[in-house]
Amino acid sequence: MAQDDHSGTEIAAADSSHAAPAASPGTALIAPDSFENPGFPPHRPRVTDEDPKREKRAQRTVYTLFYLSILGSVWAIAAYMLFPMESNNVGDVRLNNLFIGLGATLALLGIGFGAVHWAKSLMYDVELVDERHPIGGSPETQAAAVKVFQDADRESGFSRRAVIRNSLIGALLVFPLPAVVLFRGLAPQDQNPIELLSHTMWKKGTRLALDPSGAPIKASDVTMGSAFHVIPEGLQDLEHGKLDEKAKAAVLLMRLDPKDLNELPERKTWSYDGIVAYSKICTHVGCPVALYEQHTHHLLCPCHQSQFDVANHCEVIFGPAKRPLPQLPIAVDDEGYLIAQSDFTEPVGPSFWERH
Amino acid sequence: MSENRKSPMNRQKRRTGRRHPLATVALLALGLVFTGGAYAAFSTGTAQAESSANSQQTIDEGKKLFQANCATCHGLAAQGTTDGPSLVGVGAAAVDFQVGTGRMPMQMQGPQAQKKPVQFTDEQVKQLAYYVASLGPGPDIPADHLTNGGGDAANGAELFRINCAMCHNVAGAGGALTEGKFAPALTDVTGVHIYEAMVTGPQNMPVFNDMNISPEDKRDIITYLKYVQDNRSPGGFELGSIGPVAEGLFIWIFGLGSLVAITVWITAKSN
Repeated sequence: MAQDDHSGTEIAAADSSHAAPAASPGTALIAPDSFENPGFPPHRPRVTDEDPKREKRAQRTVYTLFYLSILGSVWAIAAYMLFPMESNNVGDVRLNNLFIGLGATLALLGIGFGAVHWAKSLMYDVELVDERHPIGGSPETQAAAVKVFQDADRESGFSRRAVIRNSLIGALLVFPLPAVVLFRGLAPQDQNPIELLSHTMWKKGTRLALDPSGAPIKASDVTMGSAFHVIPEGLQDLEHGKLDEKAKAAVLLMRLDPKDLNELPERKTWSYDGIVAYSKICTHVGCPVALYEQHTHHLLCPCHQSQFDVANHCEVIFGPAKRPLPQLPIAVDDEGYLIAQSDFTEPVGPSFWERH
Repeated sequence: MSENRKSPMNRQKRRTGRRHPLATVALLALGLVFTGGAYAAFSTGTAQAESSANSQQTIDEGKKLFQANCATCHGLAAQGTTDGPSLVGVGAAAVDFQVGTGRMPMQMQGPQAQKKPVQFTDEQVKQLAYYVASLGPGPDIPADHLTNGGGDAANGAELFRINCAMCHNVAGAGGALTEGKFAPALTDVTGVHIYEAMVTGPQNMPVFNDMNISPEDKRDIITYLKYVQDNRSPGGFELGSIGPVAEGLFIWIFGLGSLVAITVWITAKSN
């Protein structure tokens, strides 16, 4: 075998080296492997072709399926009337959806299965070959097509009347602009989006408040092992953009044993007696990170399993997040309530164009 | 006359003679149920008699139970060892939760203590709880009106979504945490145990004290969980309520499966 192959390539090489081969060099290689076109397998008649009883039965099945479809459509209409959604009961919604859905399913599947069964068991059954043909048309067809374009150009004057043509192209280019402007309107107006993404509602002196009641939190309320879901005080009273602000300002407040807390030297003053506050917005794609384990001090993001170590300034210990969660510097005011020392010192949440 | 008298007697005899073959079994079963029921009634009667509140006798009984069953890990005076934390100040609620759900005594050290069949009677759990409560002040077992689910389910739902749903799933179906730990499902957990878990923060669950979630709000959360459990989802099949994993798996197997089956049927040659 190996020898044969070898001689085959030699022949091919020899052929190609001669400038004018009698046959294409490829044929010399593949000739020994070529096989006969086996043609169609022998035609096997279906049972419906041979047995009139079976044919009758198949016919019955097909029209029964179509009748079932009619029944399904009628039932869907009837179900819409019989099971109205007018009451405020969710159970009624379920019945309405269920029975209309069953009717529509029967209507569609009846037609589909009927048509396929009809084609498979009763329609003309013979094997055919659909030959491929070249994609390009004959030279005459191509010339005729070119002529159509040339005639159209001549008759319309598209090339000759350049002003009309260029103004039309201009109109088509300007046409999508309103859509662009309307989409731009969805973004904040007259404000720098980078500024908006970099700052939250937290200011120096803003009290930390409970989500959702908005009640301020005393440092003494936060017992060991607690986790408080925090919003800035005053967020509940916002008229506009409450959710936008909450999405940036949400904070998780935890109290650890101060012995367990390993703080960066420059952040020594950011916590209060083991109480730390971190942004709840994941630095990966912005899910709320709030699965806090009070013994391991790990925070888990439920979306992509990023883990942050609260005891070690929320550094990433697992998962796709790249930055630690931003820390909110906190202190205690005269009345014992927890307050923010300032806004977050870095933008919260995921990366954007100007922040990596 | 004599004949008349005789015939009903005969009939009676015949009736007793033709007793149903299962009658003996039925009688036996009835007897067993009666004896068992009487015993149960008797034993609960004695238990109730014993369970007077926080008396010195209860605490002494609890101390004996503690030293026999818990001291190996928690130390003879519950001061804690390298194998188990100190229990001074955890309160009766923590013991009632941990022992009352079978998590303690622990079967083996692992990522977290697992729920298992309860090892003590209710009476013994109470004795242990009051013994540990006597060591230092801590949260007590909650009153019945806070745990019977008679609050505002809508308020409870909002609080549950903010404070609990990220770990326990919005329908209370539970979820995974890190390194083998998990937040358990809250279905079939009694209101008392849910309340105690919030107050004491068992295992890696954070503590939700009364300043964070007030007792009334805790009652509302329990009400919401009971509501979710008692009212089926209007969407039909819940598939465990665990979200996109179960639903995705279902549609991959059954949705794509039926598409493949239909495609095979359409392209197969008719018989």
